[in-house]
Amino acid sequence: MLNNILQYLEATAPRVPDKLAFSTGTEGLTFRELHTHARCVGARLLHMGYNAEPVAVLMDKHPHTIATFFGALYAGCFYAALDGDMPVQRMGLILDTLKPRLLIYDKKNAKNAQKLLDQGLFGGIILPWEDLCYAEGRELTADDEAVLRAVRDRQIDTDPIYVVFTSGSTGVPKGVIACHRSVIDYTESLCEAIGFGEDTVFANQTPLYFDAPLKEIMPTIKFGATAYLVPKMLFMFPVKLCDYLTEHKINTVCWVVSALTMISSLGALESHTPKYLTTVCFGSEVFPRKQYDLWRAALPEARFFNLYGPTEATGMSCYWPARDLAPDEVIPVGKPFRNTDLMLLTEDGRRAAVGEEGEICLRGTCVTLGYYANPEKTAEAFVQNPLNPHYPEIIYRTGDIGRFNERGELVFVCRRDAQIKHMGHRIELGEIEAAAASAEGVRAACCVYDASGKRIGLYYVGDTEPAALTKALRAALPPYMIPAFCEKLPVMPLTPNGKIDRKGLRERAENREA
Amino acid sequence: MNELIAILTELHDDVDFTTETGLIENGILNSLDIVSIITEVSDRFDVTIPAEEIMPENFDSAEALWALICRLDED
Repeated sequence: MLNNILQYLEATAPRVPDKLAFSTGTEGLTFRELHTHARCVGARLLHMGYNAEPVAVLMDKHPHTIATFFGALYAGCFYAALDGDMPVQRMGLILDTLKPRLLIYDKKNAKNAQKLLDQGLFGGIILPWEDLCYAEGRELTADDEAVLRAVRDRQIDTDPIYVVFTSGSTGVPKGVIACHRSVIDYTESLCEAIGFGEDTVFANQTPLYFDAPLKEIMPTIKFGATAYLVPKMLFMFPVKLCDYLTEHKINTVCWVVSALTMISSLGALESHTPKYLTTVCFGSEVFPRKQYDLWRAALPEARFFNLYGPTEATGMSCYWPARDLAPDEVIPVGKPFRNTDLMLLTEDGRRAAVGEEGEICLRGTCVTLGYYANPEKTAEAFVQNPLNPHYPEIIYRTGDIGRFNERGELVFVCRRDAQIKHMGHRIELGEIEAAAASAEGVRAACCVYDASGKRIGLYYVGDTEPAALTKALRAALPPYMIPAFCEKLPVMPLTPNGKIDRKGLRERAENREA
Repeated sequence: MNELIAILTELHDDVDFTTETGLIENGILNSLDIVSIITEVSDRFDVTIPAEEIMPENFDSAEALWALICRLDED
């Protein structure tokens, strides 16, 4: 019975032990190495007394990080990956929610790990990955195998795998916690819908501290495929990026739209076509039609898929295999994966008719366990199915508004609240406002998103200058949440009801010179 | 050069672009900044930066970027 994701790895490692599993392009791990490292980490954690608890991982985008994730799972623990680029202050907020006893770090993040201890943001133990992984003289013993076996025998498929932190409107990130059963369901349905296999060569774009890389990690260990973890820096230089794809014979990418448009809009697609690409999945944002058409034209033989889904329903929930579109037609998000029910609920609590708008709600094994240590936020979004009053059944309300077109395809309309998608990152504008409001000399702050210019703007009232405020925000927020501009106002504009005039400020941002 | 510094300062008002020589190396610019810079340069200097020139060494400092703009302007 398949009830633990490590079974994928355990079936694949003996079958293709010497095949490359994960690589940066210069450093990699074969399936045998991955399996061995993971079991070593797991056994060491168990001998140190860690089991069935969160383990924080502060490591770079590297195959070792994936081995560490699996290592935590071997110990019957669940992992939470932290972004090394985020300020330690925000890491502290996350650690305060998670309260792990242990944090594993790599060389590149040693300074950050130490800072967390020195500034009193973390009260647990920090350990370098090198102390836990497989090394000469640290082979797995019979005793190690026995403790690993004992833990696995007790595990069930509703035990958690990971906690992924997303932006929260109150200023504290929310941790989505997902279990083995949801990830297995996601892996099986995603692989069936897109058609991955042993010959798939992925180029992963998204950072490892999100749920998004599950799209590459899980099919890779299921089929014995290969995934390249593309260095982040390459996503600024389109020719270098295309050459990387060709050099490693990458045939599949599942990227956020902004990464794809960077290549096409800067003119690298025609002269440096990534010619081995046969499958292009995109998502997290609306693909501008002009750029999408450039990609279709450059790779006429490739299959294109739009993917859509919230972290709270384990990665992606819907897919749309590309078909020909009318010139002004918006790219739909399509239909749900097998074993996922997409309910479009109207405000009066019924399923929306074709063409009618409703809130996108998801039902099924894909629905995660909720927000870690946050029963209030969990209760708001993970709710009893309003169409079923007879027995407990939890669905997830995405807060996204959608409608079905005449073909029965789901089309994304807008967000219900102040959440935005920027560069593929999910951001609550409220979190930026909360950070600005706590900066010195700021009396009031309002954050807006200029969707056409793809810019976050911050308007504020206070005694501080824009440059000083930006600096303060950099110490509190990850780089992708820093506003493109901060503008000081003499007074905050208000609506007749006395609320901040967000609409007016958004228009002001849209008309602002770049 | 001053106009270029102004464009860059518009993106990151907390960075001194006259002295900073590690815009890429020190992770100051992100991919969105690169796209904005290319658009702005095209608008204000009437210079198109071809994909082949979008390389780390041409974006690591305002001086390097200015040299690139001058070179492209001559062609």
